[in-house]
Amino acid sequence: MCAHQNTQQATDNWKEVKEFAKKALPEHIITFIEECKKEEHPESKLIKVLQLVQEHFGYLATTQMDAVAQLLQVPMAKVSGVATFYHFFRLVPRGKYLIRVCLGTACYVKGAERVVDKLKEELGIQFGETTKDGLFSLEGTRCLGCCGLAPVVEINEEIFGQVTPDKIPAILEHFSEKETEKQ
Amino acid sequence: MNSVTNNFEALFKKAEEFRNSLGYSEKIRIRVGSATCEHAAGSYTVYEEFQKHILSSGRQDVILEKTGCTGRCSCEPIVGVFVPGKLPVKYQLVKRDSVHKIFMDHVVGGKIVQEHLLDKTPDSCKYHVLMCDGSGCGGALEGGLRFQFEMRVAESGLKPDEVWLTSIGCLGFCTITEKKEQTVQVMVRPDNIIYRIKTIKDVDDIIENHLKKGKVVQRLVAKEKPISQRFYNLYGDVAFFNKQTRIALRNAGVVNPESIYDYLHYKGFLALKEVLEKNDPEWVVKQITESKLRGRGGGGFQTGLKWTSARKAKEKIRYIICNADEGDPGAFMDRSMLESDPFSIVEGMIIGGFAIGAQKGYFYIRAEYPLAVERINHAIEECRKHNLLGQNILGSNFSFDLEIRLGAGAFVCGEETALIHSVEGERGQPRVRPPYPTESGLWGKPTVINNVETFANIPPIIVYGPEWFAQVGTKQSGGTKVFALAGKIQRTGLVEVPMGTTLRNIVYGIGGGPAGGKKAKAIQTGGPAGGCIPEKYFDTPVDFDTLGKLGSIMGSGGMIVLDEDDCMVDVAKFYMEFCQDESCGKCTPCREGTKRILEILIKITEGKGTEKDLENLERLAKLVKKTSLCGLGRAAPNPVLSTLTYFKEEYLAHVKHKKCSSRKCRSLIHYEIDPEKCVGCTICAKNCPVPCITGERKEVHVIDTARCIKCGRCFEVCRFKAVKKL
Repeated sequence: MCAHQNTQQATDNWKEVKEFAKKALPEHIITFIEECKKEEHPESKLIKVLQLVQEHFGYLATTQMDAVAQLLQVPMAKVSGVATFYHFFRLVPRGKYLIRVCLGTACYVKGAERVVDKLKEELGIQFGETTKDGLFSLEGTRCLGCCGLAPVVEINEEIFGQVTPDKIPAILEHFSEKETEKQ
Repeated sequence: MNSVTNNFEALFKKAEEFRNSLGYSEKIRIRVGSATCEHAAGSYTVYEEFQKHILSSGRQDVILEKTGCTGRCSCEPIVGVFVPGKLPVKYQLVKRDSVHKIFMDHVVGGKIVQEHLLDKTPDSCKYHVLMCDGSGCGGALEGGLRFQFEMRVAESGLKPDEVWLTSIGCLGFCTITEKKEQTVQVMVRPDNIIYRIKTIKDVDDIIENHLKKGKVVQRLVAKEKPISQRFYNLYGDVAFFNKQTRIALRNAGVVNPESIYDYLHYKGFLALKEVLEKNDPEWVVKQITESKLRGRGGGGFQTGLKWTSARKAKEKIRYIICNADEGDPGAFMDRSMLESDPFSIVEGMIIGGFAIGAQKGYFYIRAEYPLAVERINHAIEECRKHNLLGQNILGSNFSFDLEIRLGAGAFVCGEETALIHSVEGERGQPRVRPPYPTESGLWGKPTVINNVETFANIPPIIVYGPEWFAQVGTKQSGGTKVFALAGKIQRTGLVEVPMGTTLRNIVYGIGGGPAGGKKAKAIQTGGPAGGCIPEKYFDTPVDFDTLGKLGSIMGSGGMIVLDEDDCMVDVAKFYMEFCQDESCGKCTPCREGTKRILEILIKITEGKGTEKDLENLERLAKLVKKTSLCGLGRAAPNPVLSTLTYFKEEYLAHVKHKKCSSRKCRSLIHYEIDPEKCVGCTICAKNCPVPCITGERKEVHVIDTARCIKCGRCFEVCRFKAVKKL
């Protein structure tokens, strides 16, 4: 029933669209979108595609969203609608290490607020911002599901449990040291 | 015998052969917890450290395995050491440094490392006897079984610490078919034998032969294995666990979540086999209806009814969706089930798909749970490999497949119509119901959406029968409920108890009460959509309806204990911040209402509120509750309304006297230094970020309250308790 969704023919400039997309998106994402279009309801994979884009670039830039819209043949308005609706997506680049402080109930009653204050103080940034050296970004996040270890901070998928403000400097140092070592 | 049976038996045989080839019965097994929470606590490094030790010791008789999490969060990482013929030993809070001692002393030397034990088993204990306290057993012998057993053990000449008696939640023996007459079940560890007792003579027989001479009393041995036997064999000595009744979590911490063979060994896919063998979807729906299973996602709608209405739809293309978008802050039971027992959720979904006549199912999992996604993905692939998913499952004429869709962080997607939009690749906004998804759901087709826990309950209902499941719970609601117990409580973790268990039992009996001898003030149930239940109602039996009457909801099962240090206005504000942020913006009452409610709450916590504000707050909250489009808006005012009902005096103190009795609201407190206690150590002044503390060394210090930002740092660092929060 959804054959009309496979709308390669819908645009008469398909060649240019593909050229444009190739510049904006990496190969594996283009292949993924093409695979989707062979199945029913390809437009339903929009969220997954955007997740892949963000995984690759760290955020969603307008050119990439535009390319996704063209390739998947969904309106740009819908793409940006989805990108701004869900917390997961970011429209600005972020630091190398994304610090996410769990703001779930258990963490809240166990003092996550004070952990946030300390992080803001140490890094000199607010939620949604990135440090000048591009190393750390700070975000609040919904419950990470580790309530037994509250308060919890997640840094690039590594989870730190029972964090107190005192522990923050050491945790941050651990990551900045990693960077200096690399250099 | 039809082909389904043959195929299943072949598969089962393969699984057993594989397990036997590992030589479980004669080898020592070390099992390290492996779930997000366990990893966070450091179980990765513990696992690696054990690996190194086994390799360097060259021992061939030690197996290292991963297992899910049992839900004893604050003690993680948990490591089990199982020596054949000995009581299973679990260690808590194992760190890399403690691995060496555990390996050398216990695995090599055979001596238990006492300081790391998760709840202490008496050292000299030879036998551990567990007595079922479940509603089906218990008290059948005169004077109670426990009493009889205790008395007779004492008279028998056995040393008191040689045999250890414990009452436990429920072995689940009422599950099995051989039950024809009233018996009481006891389990003897480490032999892992279950006896069915009818008379006092039976008790004597067990004491004389088994406990004294080590000879099993064959005539009393139960032939079938009840649902919780394995669980109790592993965890029967842990106080946190043995008051629970494990059905949905039956395999959590028991099976290896990455092994389909392990799952098969513990009655995995037996339910699916039975269903496909019978090949009668109506029968499946009937079983589920009779079990009185109600949706565990929060709404509590009868699962059987939902399935029936999907079956009635004319449209033959149907979908089934597992809602694993566990967005409630403070709830993590779904994550634990997905990570610790993924195959059972998959099995539940396949059975559900068969019952409603679906061809395809979707797992909607939140992206914040990467490990859960990985495990479910793995489980789906394994099932495809073994013909448990795909074309003609187990040789039947039923074909079904599953696909994972990731959520992208939107609380409202827990609402079913919003979830459907999200699966379709749209913004997750709800729509007006009816039509209900069971008539017109995903792409306009009949769709059933059930929660993770609901699916986890399906296989046991099929295997052990709906009568058993129904009798575990209350009249209106069968089975158990898993709660995520967190907040100000000694033992945090997952608690599975029969419907109808009292809150007090959960908080004090299982959770051990609040930490530090403080008093519990309230329980917040059901996440942002739930309410706060004050201490005086702790004797309420937990069920969908009873919690509703108290102005709260069951929700997905988050349970946050609040103590005297928590300000109820502040808690209400916290939840309202959450709901306001998560409101999708589609309907006005929720979009505007939550914003205005939040503004009033902020005003009150800042000490600028008036009594008029309280009136407005209540009126607005009731309005939002009545007029919002979906469950999010309709439930968002619950935390406010329930705290207004039960803790009105706290609100009044905030607006009338500008006082926060729990000293939580920053604007309403200030810090002072007690000149009698201050010794002039200067530590507060050194730590003050402003700095606003002055004073010479060895002289009394003073806080300049005008400049103080009330960060509380001085209060924390003072070793003489001279800084006062007022």
